Order: sequence, then structure tokens, then C-alpha cells
Amino acid sequence: MSHVTSAVRTPLVTGGKTYADVTEDISKQVEGNPTREWTIAFTIAVIVLTYGTACLFWTWWEGLGVWGLNKTVGWAWDITNFVWWVGIGHAGTLISAILLLFRQKWRTAVNRAAEAMTIFAVICAASFIMMHAGRPWVAYWCLPLPNTLGSLWVNFKSPLVWDVFAISTYFTVSLVFWYMGLIPDLATIRDRAKSKVSRYIYGAFAMGWNGSAKTWARYEYMSLILAGLSTPLVLSVHTIVSFDFATSVIPGWHTTIFPPYFVAGAIFSGFAMVQNLVLIIRVVFKLEDYITVEHIESMNKVITLTGSIVGVAYLTEFFIAWYSGVEFEGYAFINRATGPYWWAYWAMMTCNVITPQLFWSRAIRRSIVWTFVLSVVVNIGMWFERFVIIVTSLHRDYLPSSWAMFHPTLFDISDYIFSFGLFFTLFLLFSKFLPVVNMAEVKTIIKSSSEKLPVSVSGVAKGERVANPTFNKNVE
Amino acid sequence: MSDAHDNGKFLVGIFDDDDVVLQAVKEVKKAGVRIHEVYSPFPIHGLDVALGHPRTRLGIAAFLFGLSGTLTALALTFYTEGFDWPMIVGGKDSYSPIVYVPVIFELTVLFCALGMVGTFLVSNGLGPTVKPLMYDLRTTDNKFAMAIDLSKNNIGEGDIEQILKKSGAAEVNVKQF
Repeated sequence: MSHVTSAVRTPLVTGGKTYADVTEDISKQVEGNPTREWTIAFTIAVIVLTYGTACLFWTWWEGLGVWGLNKTVGWAWDITNFVWWVGIGHAGTLISAILLLFRQKWRTAVNRAAEAMTIFAVICAASFIMMHAGRPWVAYWCLPLPNTLGSLWVNFKSPLVWDVFAISTYFTVSLVFWYMGLIPDLATIRDRAKSKVSRYIYGAFAMGWNGSAKTWARYEYMSLILAGLSTPLVLSVHTIVSFDFATSVIPGWHTTIFPPYFVAGAIFSGFAMVQNLVLIIRVVFKLEDYITVEHIESMNKVITLTGSIVGVAYLTEFFIAWYSGVEFEGYAFINRATGPYWWAYWAMMTCNVITPQLFWSRAIRRSIVWTFVLSVVVNIGMWFERFVIIVTSLHRDYLPSSWAMFHPTLFDISDYIFSFGLFFTLFLLFSKFLPVVNMAEVKTIIKSSSEKLPVSVSGVAKGERVANPTFNKNVE
Repeated sequence: MSDAHDNGKFLVGIFDDDDVVLQAVKEVKKAGVRIHEVYSPFPIHGLDVALGHPRTRLGIAAFLFGLSGTLTALALTFYTEGFDWPMIVGGKDSYSPIVYVPVIFELTVLFCALGMVGTFLVSNGLGPTVKPLMYDLRTTDNKFAMAIDLSKNNIGEGDIEQILKKSGAAEVNVKQF
């Protein structure tokens, strides 16, 4: 807040917003009745979720035989979808934690929605873990619980168990971080509430917050430590997901490059998903003054960087497969690019490595339409990346007599659709009932990064610089 | 809440600007008035120092909770794999701490985060059934309130009101709990 921001920096909040404007613009969407667009979108999401749930129920009732898996390809869409969702779930914590440590002010407008997206994406990812285990009612077997089956513990040496710990910790800490960020804003909504019911409900979740200086000081300190904890945590999660593959002995999987490559890919796809959601939110809730082209451009820069890292990783992987001189390893990669799944490989290469490079052009980087389209393309590419890694490494087993192809069934597809229904149902609920932009944090940057200063009643506004040099004229 | 026991008469100065309230804290203190607390819609850097609040010890709590997570993970892996049912997997010793690093790390983070957040809620007296002590409902929107406990000040009510107004308060209200 008291940080001095250079006058040449483009403002992050446009339209000369005051503190009261921030509250009003963001709270009103929570307070009013749902809009027609929201109701239609929510109805569709719930229908999709219902259909998906029915299919998922059948998957569990009948068994995993309803999927297209076979003896050779034992993991396919289930783990592809799991890794895809977990990857998407990386952007929120990256924005809220790593960018907090780097003092990136543009984070304040998008962190709330991005963190919500993270939490819902991790829920979707976890649903695939439950699905592919086949028997969700014994899911607690993944936990090291004392039991009556003898001294039967989980195998702590297995990356699958590490995954259980990583994902559940990540989910819990992200949820807590997000909720803590919500408390001051929930108090704002509580104090504005007109009906008794909403005052009671938002009041209960706001936990009696009153914004005293002592609480704020502790709150800021806590946020900093949570950010410090979440930073290695977010990096560890996809690292451990990559261990699921990297610690195996399957050619194409046991690659030491996997951890950084997976983490970069996760941030890449996560930011793309944030772009898609945020571009819709800013239009539907009329938040163009808070989520500006500047924010979109910043995220596109992250997408370009991580997309390039992913591209380098693909090429390195290919080179090392040849350089290692291991025939199996070399074949796994030749087969990826030229075998029966060549189309998946080239879809991945095109969507992840080639098209994001268009963002080097400033005009494309700042174009809403291009950003939206390319972000969808990125997530298609990232889905194919996981499909390529998983299925093409498995489908040509060591013995040619075991070679097989994977053909998705209706249930493979429907269970994937289920996760979209779940994700959008949760996200739409969030966007209606909670403030989609962190009001308290945006207020802290109003003075340093707003287009022009809010004119205070007392007329005193000392010590800060104004992003817009014409501001001083406006005050008079 | 730290001030949950408050009962009495307060003078509440309402300010419109964060920089003004920060400056006012210094001026009001200089005039010899004891400030109860300042309430704001967002954190104001330096305000806790100006008010003379002690530095938070949340970091110590976080460290201890993190440490307890590390020890729990070490104990869990040692008990299960080193003692209760030793097992050789992947050619590693039955108890080989290096493979447990992911589990140890995750439990450290989990305990640290949950413990610290719990400590934060308890130390600030926050909870789902807590009724907020609001000196002015607008302090979660766009106003900044400086509360002064009249029972803890020897200066007269009218004088304090003058001091608040002089330091930039837009209005001064009386709040009785």
C-alpha cells in the first residue's frame, strides 16, 4: 500500500475506483438474485453432473470393465484425467503464494477465482483417483490406519502413497488458504447484508471478524507464512505426481526430467484454465475495471514461459531417449511420434509448443479472443500430453504379442464429462455466493496502482504516487 | 476477540483515508490519549507499530507445529516400516528415511498450516459463533475507525473529540457496548 509505484506502470485498477466502489462492484453480484445467464449455466452444469453421476454410479456398480482398459493398457483416461485436473489445480496456489512472495500486485484481482478453481480442480482429480481404484468404499485403505487385518500398513516407499499425502495436504492447505483470504470479505458482505438469514450465514463464516489492527497484523503475517509453505507444496505436488511414472521401469516413464517438466506443464495448463474462467467472469460480472487487459497479458506471459519450458522438455526427452542408447527407450519415443498414436503426439506438440508461441506478439497477448481460444487449445494439448505419456508408453508392451490399442468406451467419456459437471457446478456456486475478487486486497493496491486516486473527503492524500500523470489536474 | 471483554463507553473517530488514520494515530497518541484499537477494511502497513502492538509470535507457533508434523511423520514411518512390519521394497532397507522425505515434507506442511491457522483463530478469538464487535459497520467497507475507551482516559470526552477532529476524523461517534 505504502509502496511507491512507478508512474510509468500501467494501472491495475481502471475507472478511478474508490474503496466504496470496490465493495459495491464486487459485493452486488453476491447480493442480488442470480442473473439469467447464471441460472442457465448452472442448470446445464447440474444436468451434466447428474448424467455423469449416473454413469459413474454404473462404473462402480458394474466394475471397471466398462472402461476400455485391457491387459496391456491398464491406465488410460482415468489417470490422464487425474493428472490433467491436478495440473490445472496448480495455478491458484501459484498465483496466491508464489506471486505473493514476489509482490506481484496484479495477483490481487485474480487470486480468489484462481484459488477456487484450484480447489475444485483438485476435487475433480481426486474423483478420478477414487474412480480408478474401483472400490471407493474402501478408499480409506490408502491411509496408514491401525487395522484388524494384521500389521498391514500402507507402503510408504510407494509413490502412490506419497501421492495420497501430497494431494490431501495440497487440498487441505489450499482450502485453508482460500478460506482465510475470504474471511475479511465475508465480513464485508455480512455488514452489508439486508436479510437476517444472509447476515447469519455470512456472519458465521466470517467468524466475528472486525478488522482490528492487531488482527490484520497477525493476518498478514499468517498469509506470508502460508504463502511460504504453499510455494514448496505446490511444486512438490506435481513432482510427486510425476514420481508415479518416473519411479517405474516403463520406457518413456522412468525419466529424471519428469518433475520439473510436470510442474511447468501444470502451471501452463492451470493458467490457461484461469484465463478461460476469468475472461468469462469479467464480462458476466462487469469487472473489466479490476481484471484488466494488463492482468490477462501478465498471465499470457506466464503461459508463454511455461509453454516454452514444456517444449524444451519434450525435445530433451526425445534427445535423451536416443542419446541413452537404450533400444526400448528409443523405440518408445519413435513410436510416440510415428506409431499408431502419432496424431495424439502431434496434437500435443502443436497445441503446447507451437501455438502458445503466438503470444510473443503483443497484439495477440492482449487480445481477449485470441487469449480465450489459445487457452482452450493449451488445455486440449495438455490433456493429450498426459494421454501420450500414459497410453503410448504402455500400448506396445515388451512382447509384440501383447501389443494393443486403447479404445475409450461410453463410460470413459462419460466419467470425464462427470468431472466437468462437477467442476462447473462448484465454480458457478462459488461465483454466485462468494465475492469473486478479493476486495480487501484490491483495496490495498487502489492508491498505488489505480488509474487515479479516490478523492478523499478530507482532501488529504499524502505520500503516494499516481499512475496516471494527469491525475493531479483531475483533483482540482 | 482480544477485546471480547469490552464493556463501556467508546468514542469512535471515523476517518476516510488510510494515510490520514495512520498519521492521526501518531497525533492522537502525542496528545496523550490512549487509543483502544483501530479498525480498517484492509491491512495498513505500520499501523500495528504506530499503535504499539507487540510483534506477533505466530511464527514460533508455526515452527513448532511444523516440527510436530516432521516428528509425527518420522515416528509413523519408523513404527510401521522399521519396527511393526519391516518390509524390503525396491531393494531399499526396511527403514530408509530418504524414501520417506515426501511424506515427511507433506506432514510438516500440513501440521504447520493447520496449527498456525488454528492458533490465529484462537488468539484473535475468531469462531463461527463469535459475534463481531463492530465499532462502525462501515469499517469493513471504506471507513477507518479509531476507538478510544473513555474509562481508560483521564482526558474529557469533549477534549478527545476535539483532538480526533483535529487529526482528521470526519465524524466522531459514541459507541456503548
